[in-house]
Amino acid sequence: MIQFRLDRKSGMPAYRQLVDQVRQALRLGLLRPGDQLPTVRDVVKQIAINPNTVHRAYRDLEQQGLTEGRPGSGTFITRALSEVPARQQALQRQLEKWMRSARDAGLGEEAISALVTEAMRSSEKEGPR
Amino acid sequence: MTAALETEGLGRRYRRTWGLRDCSLSVPEGSITGLVGPNGAGKSTLLRLAAGISRPTTGSVSIFGQEVRPNSTAHLSRIGYFDQLRPLYGGFRVDDMLTLGRRLNPNWDDASARQWLDDLGISTKDKVGRLSLGQQAEVALTVCMGKRPDLLLLDEPVASLDPLARRQLLQTLMGTVAERGTTVFLSSHIVSELEPVCDYLIILSASHVQITGSIDSLLATHRVLVGPRVDGPPTGIDVISAESTGRQTTLLVRGDPPDLGPDWQHLQPGLDEIVLAYLSQPVTPSNTSLIVDHRPERGEHS
Repeated sequence: MIQFRLDRKSGMPAYRQLVDQVRQALRLGLLRPGDQLPTVRDVVKQIAINPNTVHRAYRDLEQQGLTEGRPGSGTFITRALSEVPARQQALQRQLEKWMRSARDAGLGEEAISALVTEAMRSSEKEGPR
Repeated sequence: MTAALETEGLGRRYRRTWGLRDCSLSVPEGSITGLVGPNGAGKSTLLRLAAGISRPTTGSVSIFGQEVRPNSTAHLSRIGYFDQLRPLYGGFRVDDMLTLGRRLNPNWDDASARQWLDDLGISTKDKVGRLSLGQQAEVALTVCMGKRPDLLLLDEPVASLDPLARRQLLQTLMGTVAERGTTVFLSSHIVSELEPVCDYLIILSASHVQITGSIDSLLATHRVLVGPRVDGPPTGIDVISAESTGRQTTLLVRGDPPDLGPDWQHLQPGLDEIVLAYLSQPVTPSNTSLIVDHRPERGEHS
């Protein structure tokens, strides 16, 4: 079962963080179709957040078609994220190669992370992902 | 829909100074609302008025649609009030506090109260006065929640607690809200504590409500603009705060920011930045009132 975390300094709304963590776990194969998500009560007790936030995240996941709420028993994963693993591996290798050249160029962690964030933002502006 | 708590032109004067003025607000049922402001802003005054402990000088307070009148007791069974000073009986054992709660409240939930304390590792045999501040806060909150109120009014529940105790207290509180759908109205001067637990925020400063709104809408409607120094705020923008250094001006604005040119960077402010901007703003004696009509939905699969 997934364990949620909350980064209070990220500036990203808490419900988005929960949604992203489920998507990330699906992508990495840590969650699979049929797996159950923790109950709202358990999440709230674990990370001390507003129950409405968890409801909202779960509703969002359901709308994305990733989960299904079964009354009385909980929320379950219904499908995996349709990523092509081969393509993903190739992309990861490209990124690692880029990281190495960034380090070789003398950039530190902070500079690299700033570049990545900036690239993500500017590419988002250009059009849909 | 009835609001859990509604105030209309509420004010309270202490001799010559006002503790709270012109306060009109509405807290939707099932929501968690945070009240922020510096010391002396009127947070405790508002909470005491809401609980019916203090009488309004002007205006009115309603709990679930029923006006709270002097000496009325009808609303008392529906609210749980947590005083900042946590007035517990130091000479009592924790067990005695629970007995007191049980004898005084017909809806008392003894099993849950004992379970919460057990989860927190507080022995019911301990003397209240010997417990740490964090544990005393937990006992006070347990007594508040044990009576199964529909509305919890919490005055600085996490103040003076260490980070671990704070987290434990908020976990207990959020767990109960998830189970019972209790409406919570709580004050704090630590914005970062409120952000993950609240639906709505009310900013209070110098006895006046500065702004109210859902946390999402507060974040969505404010922007920080950083650009070359300008003297005097640009017109046509709702500037909440402006700061300038030798060459640079930083503005926190509300609403859609106009295009000031390519030299200006638009940033998303954090909630604490927004709150600070309002708190450092000169007080405008208007009665900012906002009726929040959105009811947070609760799913079925909890």
